[in-house]
Amino acid sequence: MSDLEPFRAETRAWLADNCPTECRGPMADDEMIWGGRNPTFKTPAHKLWLERMGARGWTAPEWPKEYGGGGLSREEAKVLASELRRIEAQPALASFGVWMLGPALLAFGTEEQKQRFLPEIVRGEVRWCQGYSEPGAGSDLAAIQTRAEDTSDSGGDHWIVNGQKIWTSYADKADWIFCLVRTDPEAPKHLGISFVLFDMTTPGVTTRPITLISGKSPFCETFFDDVRVEKANLVGTLNRGWDVAKYLLAHERTMIGAMGEVGGGRPVGQVALDAIGADDDGRLDEPMLRARIAELEIDAAAFRLAMERVGDQVKAKQAHPAIASMLKYYGSELNKRRHELLMAAGGADALEWEGERSHDGKTARDWLRTKANSIEGGTSEVQLNIIAKHLLQLPGA
Amino acid sequence: MPLILTEEQMMLRDAADGFLNEQAPISHLRKLRDEGDPDGVSRDLWRAFGEMGFAGVIIPEAMGGMGLGAVEAGVIAESLGRTLTPSPFMGSSVLSAKVLIDGGSEAQQAWLPRIAAGEAILALAVDEGAKHAPSRIATQAERAGNGFRLNGAKGFVLDGHVADALIVVARAEEGVTLFLVDPATAGVTVERTAMVDAHNAARITLSDVAVDADAVIGDVGQGGALLDGALTLGRACAASTLTGAGDQAFKITMDYLRTRKQFGKLIGEFQALQHRAAHLFSELELARAATLGAQLAIDEGRENASLAASIAKAKAGRVAELAVQEAVQMHGGVGMTDEFDVSLFMKRVRVLNELLGDAGFHAERLARAQGF
Repeated sequence: MSDLEPFRAETRAWLADNCPTECRGPMADDEMIWGGRNPTFKTPAHKLWLERMGARGWTAPEWPKEYGGGGLSREEAKVLASELRRIEAQPALASFGVWMLGPALLAFGTEEQKQRFLPEIVRGEVRWCQGYSEPGAGSDLAAIQTRAEDTSDSGGDHWIVNGQKIWTSYADKADWIFCLVRTDPEAPKHLGISFVLFDMTTPGVTTRPITLISGKSPFCETFFDDVRVEKANLVGTLNRGWDVAKYLLAHERTMIGAMGEVGGGRPVGQVALDAIGADDDGRLDEPMLRARIAELEIDAAAFRLAMERVGDQVKAKQAHPAIASMLKYYGSELNKRRHELLMAAGGADALEWEGERSHDGKTARDWLRTKANSIEGGTSEVQLNIIAKHLLQLPGA
Repeated sequence: MPLILTEEQMMLRDAADGFLNEQAPISHLRKLRDEGDPDGVSRDLWRAFGEMGFAGVIIPEAMGGMGLGAVEAGVIAESLGRTLTPSPFMGSSVLSAKVLIDGGSEAQQAWLPRIAAGEAILALAVDEGAKHAPSRIATQAERAGNGFRLNGAKGFVLDGHVADALIVVARAEEGVTLFLVDPATAGVTVERTAMVDAHNAARITLSDVAVDADAVIGDVGQGGALLDGALTLGRACAASTLTGAGDQAFKITMDYLRTRKQFGKLIGEFQALQHRAAHLFSELELARAATLGAQLAIDEGRENASLAASIAKAKAGRVAELAVQEAVQMHGGVGMTDEFDVSLFMKRVRVLNELLGDAGFHAERLARAQGF
C-alpha cells in the first residue's frame, strides 16, 4: 500500500490545483456533463474541468495512455476515486462511451478503431448512444430484427440498415450509435448478429423521445430507414456481434447494479430524521420505518462489499463471468427498496411533482425512475435465469 | 487487502474442512446427541483439533498458537458451520482467548498454551437475559477483603458445563470488570442446558462467590473494551459459522433440485424454484462478502471493525435463516425428518442467530452508529 502514497500525494495536489470550486459538491442529474459535438456546460468552470480531466486521461483512468486514457493500475484508479470523493468533485464527464463502448472496443476493436474512437471519448468530444433493444426484442435480445443488408447499391463497402430501436437513452442528443444489427437472417438467432457503429446524422436516422411514468426520461425510439453504414465500422467478427454484446452487457449490468451504491445521495436515515424528527432518545420518531431503514443499510453495506469482492475476484481471475448478473439483480432491487424508503421518509413532501421547493418533484421522479432498474439491461427475472443456469447449473435452465 | 482468501488461508480452509469431514462429520453430532453424552462435546476431538493448530489459531506463537488473525479464525469457524461439529472453539479459542491475549496477566495467560493444545476449555459468561444485552450487565462485583464477591446469574454460557475456567462479566463500582473464576469455587452453580441444536451451553448462578483481586482480568472497571474486542471477533466468527451452515444447507438443497423428480420432471427445472435458488445464491454472496469484510477490518485494526462485525452478523444471520427455511421447504416432507440433515441445520442456525446478538440487535447498533 505504501508505494501508492506518492501517487496519492501527487493526485491530491493536482486536484487541489485543477478542480474548480464550482465543480465540487452535490450535482443534480440534469446538470451532468455529457460532452459531444454540441456540449452544454453548467458553468465555464465545468468546461475547464472536463478539458483538464480529459487531457490527463482521467475520465477513463484505467484505459491505456496510447488511446488517451490515464494508464492507471486498478489500485491507482481506486486512489484517484477516493481523492475525488474526498473533495466531493463532480464527475467531469458522464459518458456511455467511457462506461460501455470503450471497454468493448478495447477488447474487440481493431487498432484503427481504437485510435480513432477512444481518444475522443476520453476528451468527451463525441457522445454515444446504445442501440440494442427493439419493440420485439427486450429481455430476449437475440430476437432483434433490424437488418443490415449488402445490396447492389451499397457498393460493397456499405450495408443498408433498416429497422427500429427502442429505449435508446439520449438518442436525440447523441452523435454516434453502437448498434446490434442482423447481418445473417438465415443463421440461428445468436449467430447472425453484428455490432456496428455509425453517425447519428447519417441520412435515414430519426429519433422520437418517450415520456415515462417519471414524467422525464432520456429514452427515445430510434428509426433507421435505408441508413448507409460503412463496413469498416464493424466491431469484432461479422455475425459474431453477440459476443461483443454479451461482454458489454456484463459491464452495463455491473454499472446498473452499482447505482444502488452511488444513486443514494444523502443517507436515508438522515433524510427521514429531517422530515420526521427524533424521539427523546435521539431515535427516528417512527420505529417501524427506522427498522426498515436499518435493514436496508445492512444490505447496502453487504452489497458494497460484495461488489468490491467481485472486483477483487476479477483481478485474481477467480470470477465467474455470470457473476455480473448477481450484482445487477441485487443492486437494482436494492435501489428500488432505497427509493421506496426515501418516499416513506419524505411523506407528503415527497409527493410534490412540480415547483421549486421540491426541485420539480425530484424525490418522486427518482423513485419512479428506479422502477426501470429491474427491467433495463435484462430484467431481474432474466438475471435469475442466468444465475440458475450458469452459476447453479440447475437442470433445464 | 483484497476481499478474497490468500493461498495460505485457502490451505487452512482445506485442512479444516478435511479434518472435520473425516473426524467430526454430522454423524459425530448425532452420536453425542443420541447417546446422551454427559459432556456433549468430545475432549479427544478437542485435543486433536489442538494438534492441528486450529484451537490456537489466534494465540501467539510464543504461547503455542498459530499467531494468525480474524480471517483465519473465520475460516475455521465456517468449517465448523458446515459440519455442525460441537466444539469449544467459539467459547475457548475465540472469545476467551481474545480476552486473555488482550488483557490477561502472566498467570492468566498460562491458560493460552493449554487452550491452543486443546487441553483446556474456557467459557465466557456474558449474557443474563433471554436476549444478548452486554450493555446491561446486572451481575454485581462488590469489594470484599482483598478481593471481590460476585452475585448474579448467567445464561447461554457456551460450554459452561465443561469449562475448566470461567470468564465472568460483572459490574463493579468502577464499571464493567472481567473475572477469571474457577467453577469449583464455592457459590458457583452450573446447570447444563440441552439446547434445540444439541450443542452446549449452561446456566450459571453466582451466589456470594469470593474471588481474589488477582482474578480481575485487566483493570477494575476497564472490562468494557476487553469485552468489546472479544465480542467483535466472536460476532465475525459467528457470521462465518452461519455462512458455513447456510451455504452447506444450500448445497444440499441444490443437489436435491438436480436429482429429485416430481410431475415427471426434475424439480430443479421449475422456474419458481430456480428463481428462489438464484436469489438465495445472491444473498449468500453478500453474507460471505460482509463476513470477510468484517474480519479484514478487525485484522487491519480499523476503527469501524465493531460495526463491520455487526453488519456481518446481521446479514449472515438473515441469510442463513433464509437458506435453512428454503432447504426444508424445497425438500418437502423429507426436510422435516430428523434423519435428514437439513433439519439439523435449521436448529443450529436458530441458535447461532441468538448467539452474540440477533439481526435486530445488530441493526439497532447500525442505526445508532448512523445517527438515526
